[in-house]
Amino acid sequence: MSSDASALTTALSLILGFDPTLMEIVALSLRVSLVAVLLAAVIGLPLGAALALWRFPGRGALVVALNALMGLPPVVAGLCVYLLLSRAGPLGELGLLFTPGAMVVAQVILVLPIIAALARQQVEELHQEYHEQLTSLGLSRLRMIPTLLWDARLGLVTVILAGFGRASAEVGAVMIVGGNIDGVTRVMTTAIVLETSKGNLALALGLGIVLLGLVALVNAAAYLVGETARRRLG
Amino acid sequence: MQYKARIALTAIGLMGLSLAAQAQDGEKYITLASTTSTENSGLFDAIIPQFTDKTGIEVRVVAVGTGQAFEIARRGDADSLLVHDTAGEKQFVEEGYGTERADVMYNDFVLMGPEDDPAGIADAETVAEAMRLIAEAEAPFASRGDDSGTNRAELRLWDAAGVEPGGDWYRELGSGMGPTLNTAAGMDAYVMSDRATWVAFENPQNLELLFAGDEALFNQYGSLLISKERHPHLKHDLAEQWHEWLLSEEGQSAIGDFDVNGQQLFFPNAD
Repeated sequence: MSSDASALTTALSLILGFDPTLMEIVALSLRVSLVAVLLAAVIGLPLGAALALWRFPGRGALVVALNALMGLPPVVAGLCVYLLLSRAGPLGELGLLFTPGAMVVAQVILVLPIIAALARQQVEELHQEYHEQLTSLGLSRLRMIPTLLWDARLGLVTVILAGFGRASAEVGAVMIVGGNIDGVTRVMTTAIVLETSKGNLALALGLGIVLLGLVALVNAAAYLVGETARRRLG
Repeated sequence: MQYKARIALTAIGLMGLSLAAQAQDGEKYITLASTTSTENSGLFDAIIPQFTDKTGIEVRVVAVGTGQAFEIARRGDADSLLVHDTAGEKQFVEEGYGTERADVMYNDFVLMGPEDDPAGIADAETVAEAMRLIAEAEAPFASRGDDSGTNRAELRLWDAAGVEPGGDWYRELGSGMGPTLNTAAGMDAYVMSDRATWVAFENPQNLELLFAGDEALFNQYGSLLISKERHPHLKHDLAEQWHEWLLSEEGQSAIGDFDVNGQQLFFPNAD
């Protein structure tokens, strides 16, 4: 398979050549996915923790729904956001369709269930362990949320990374709501689809290798932060 | 740790703001819903910069199948349309979604197949005969199956050939032109494509152009303006400038000058 070898050379020359178009696409990919993951974490972590601490009717159904939504197909999320943001849709006035903003909205919907569902599980386990101490301190459940999230932070980094993996890898949602517009909404995954459809398989695979490298870099950074923190905690 | 976290939060927040800002700037642009053939062949990369230089208007292309392009325009999500389904375009105007439709350029559809040509279509006199031969030989045929302009044209050709396609040999892929060519190449199937996408396609494997040149394979592209009454929020003035430029001598020669490997792919034919 000579196309594998040429994909590697293509990937290398793309990276080493600092191709300006590629840099733009990489930057947009990172920005969209990081912002989406941040927003999803800001909403999802407290949501997951709350779900772990409170008992109310319908809680089981909510937990199952959240877990099921982890498997939401990106193209379905994209379609829903498209219908929402389209001019004929309820939020059409915002004019967000075919902009990076729309891509962030779609990715938040994809990432939020992952972060909330996994955070719920981690916080619930931690809560079972420390329940008596926390209660003896006289903490209300609302006050327990930040304490438990902070205690679970090392595990939650992995949760957030899982969310980032989902966001940076998906193509179905950003393709529909972003439109893959050159220089405006083209990200790594949609560029790969485009090059594949042109039959330019070496370039497509090359872009794939660059994307993989990028995700590895983000994960390595998170790993280093985690290790440093762990060492400091002793 | 918390201090660092705050720095990280601020950094990401700033990135979010810059995303919002990006959506704001570049006020002067239109969104054009168009087909994959025009985008994949590189036509837009060649002609849009000339238009932008002259008018300062950026053209943002959303390249999808013709069926989806109509739907995007119907919902008011695109300022202008450039597609290739004359019957569908006329209907779009009749339904009141479009106000004006004009011929812009044409190219032609071509039939590809494995180089050993098991159905023998290379010697066919007409495209109808070629398609009958494929059906009789029950040789694999890869159809777009996605309600695109090319798919609609293909179905009209089967109809004209008196064949009702179906069965194991007829494979509806539900994909764009490029993915369909990739798949056809992978399974040694016959396939119909617009010439532009075929010439610019870089993964033909065993596929070869076997049949072309029948008048019935003519592929007309049209530009449409969208109704102000239905969608008053659209950038009608800018879209009109784009539409007029496409039809102008300058736009027409830009289209005619575009080539891939020395081969002209689109032939301007505005009135």
